[in-house]
Amino acid sequence: MSEYVFLYRGGEAGRSPERVQQSMQKWMAWFKDLGAKGHIKDQGQPLERAGKLVKGKQKTVTDGPFAEAKDIVGGYTLIEARDLDQAVELSKGCPILEVDGGVEVRPVMKLTM
Amino acid sequence: MELSEHLFRHEAGRMVATLTRIFGTHNLALAEDVVQDAFCRAFEVWKLRGVPENPSAWLMATAKNRAIDALRRERTVRTFEPELSRLIQSEWTIPPAVEELFVAGAVQDDLLRMMFSCCHPRLTEDSQVALMLNILCGFSVDEVAGAFVSTHAAIEKRISRAKKVLAGSRKLFDVSAGSEFTLRLPAVQRALYLLFNEGYHGASPETAVRADLCHEAIRLTALLLQHPLGLNPTTYALSALLHLHAARLPARTDACGNLSSLFDQDRSQWDSSMLAEGQRLLDLSATGPDLTEYHVEAAIAWVHATAPSAEETDWKRIVSLYELLMTIRPSPVVALNRAIAIAQHEGPARGLEEIRAIADRDRLANYPFYFAALGEFEFRAGVYEIAQEQFRKALAVARNSMEREFLHKRITACEQAKALA
Repeated sequence: MSEYVFLYRGGEAGRSPERVQQSMQKWMAWFKDLGAKGHIKDQGQPLERAGKLVKGKQKTVTDGPFAEAKDIVGGYTLIEARDLDQAVELSKGCPILEVDGGVEVRPVMKLTM
Repeated sequence: MELSEHLFRHEAGRMVATLTRIFGTHNLALAEDVVQDAFCRAFEVWKLRGVPENPSAWLMATAKNRAIDALRRERTVRTFEPELSRLIQSEWTIPPAVEELFVAGAVQDDLLRMMFSCCHPRLTEDSQVALMLNILCGFSVDEVAGAFVSTHAAIEKRISRAKKVLAGSRKLFDVSAGSEFTLRLPAVQRALYLLFNEGYHGASPETAVRADLCHEAIRLTALLLQHPLGLNPTTYALSALLHLHAARLPARTDACGNLSSLFDQDRSQWDSSMLAEGQRLLDLSATGPDLTEYHVEAAIAWVHATAPSAEETDWKRIVSLYELLMTIRPSPVVALNRAIAIAQHEGPARGLEEIRAIADRDRLANYPFYFAALGEFEFRAGVYEIAQEQFRKALAVARNSMEREFLHKRITACEQAKALA
């Protein structure tokens, strides 16, 4: 098994309370399914949309957001999968895809001795 | 933690009400933004970390923090009531001031305050109900439009006009002022009754939408019963009526989702715990000098609920209850229901006679069940040709696919009966 990080980009919560409820239920169902199949290494953390960016030798500090709203990373999860193909397949169930969001699937580099 | 049903919808009402008490009704939109913000935050966090132990408290605490942010940001650009303005003059006093305003005891009554505010005398009954659905029940404009079978634009206009009226009153209704409370109580009861009716008899083809409306009306009426001034025989009667009707909801559509009339319903599907609660409330309503339309309608629902079948119903008693209802709140629909009960008791010819005697029956020209009743009586009298004609008229004004399906079946039945005759 290898480890992969899912980075969740963009995606809206929904405008009405009932939509929020439905989206929540979908996320819960998706994680439940991933967890039951033993794919979740760490459910991860949500990230604030705003923050600071420190850059260069000058150490210039600028305010976030750092990208277009639709590209901002809102959180991540650490996944276990057989290979990249399987990880991608698993990400296709993510409810963020139904609301114009995306999942970035990145393999965690292996330490090879 | 599992997510309880309609959590966000129910919390939306409570949170918007509390924030509106704090910000003033003219800042309702700000309150709604804060709630939307809190929901976004809940969604972001919960979807990865799971639903917390006490989701309601989590949401309220988040709303409180967002309210503090909003006041910091808006205190110089918006007007707030003098009392709040004084408290937020300095950045540093905002958090303790908001903390104070969020105390549990006050929050408890906020939904009730908002409920009474929505029933502003300057608003039509339709607007009051739409406003309640939007603010108190957390229905989006689209969801309200779905419930009323109206367009997004029409409902948006109705709600935004109503919100302007609400904004004009600046403060939420004061539920501790006894005389004003008692004065507005009948309008609130009426709006809750109409909200329920929209679900029970309304035009929405979605069974789920309709059941939702009925349950919201029951939930809000229960809130009224928790207030010492709201708890009176009339509210008990209203609540009894809603329970007794709601008990029949599971049987109103058959296994295929088709409309099932009271005469054909599988009575074993009626919700016995709802019926028992309705009975209990009806008993509690039987005190004091007032006999309201809710008492009479609850009594009618009770006669139906206790009858083993349509045939074994005490129709004579139902007729006399409808006669009583005609003296309290006369309407052509009540008169039609009375005629239907008479037909059950004295035969279809008498039913037809009574319908023809309804003075303002032209007001029923868009009501499909008016023609359906005429069709039914003609059918039972064996006059299939005219019966079919009446069902066709009903079909022309039917409001959704469920009603149309039901009427198509009756038209086919007429066709078959004619062939056999």
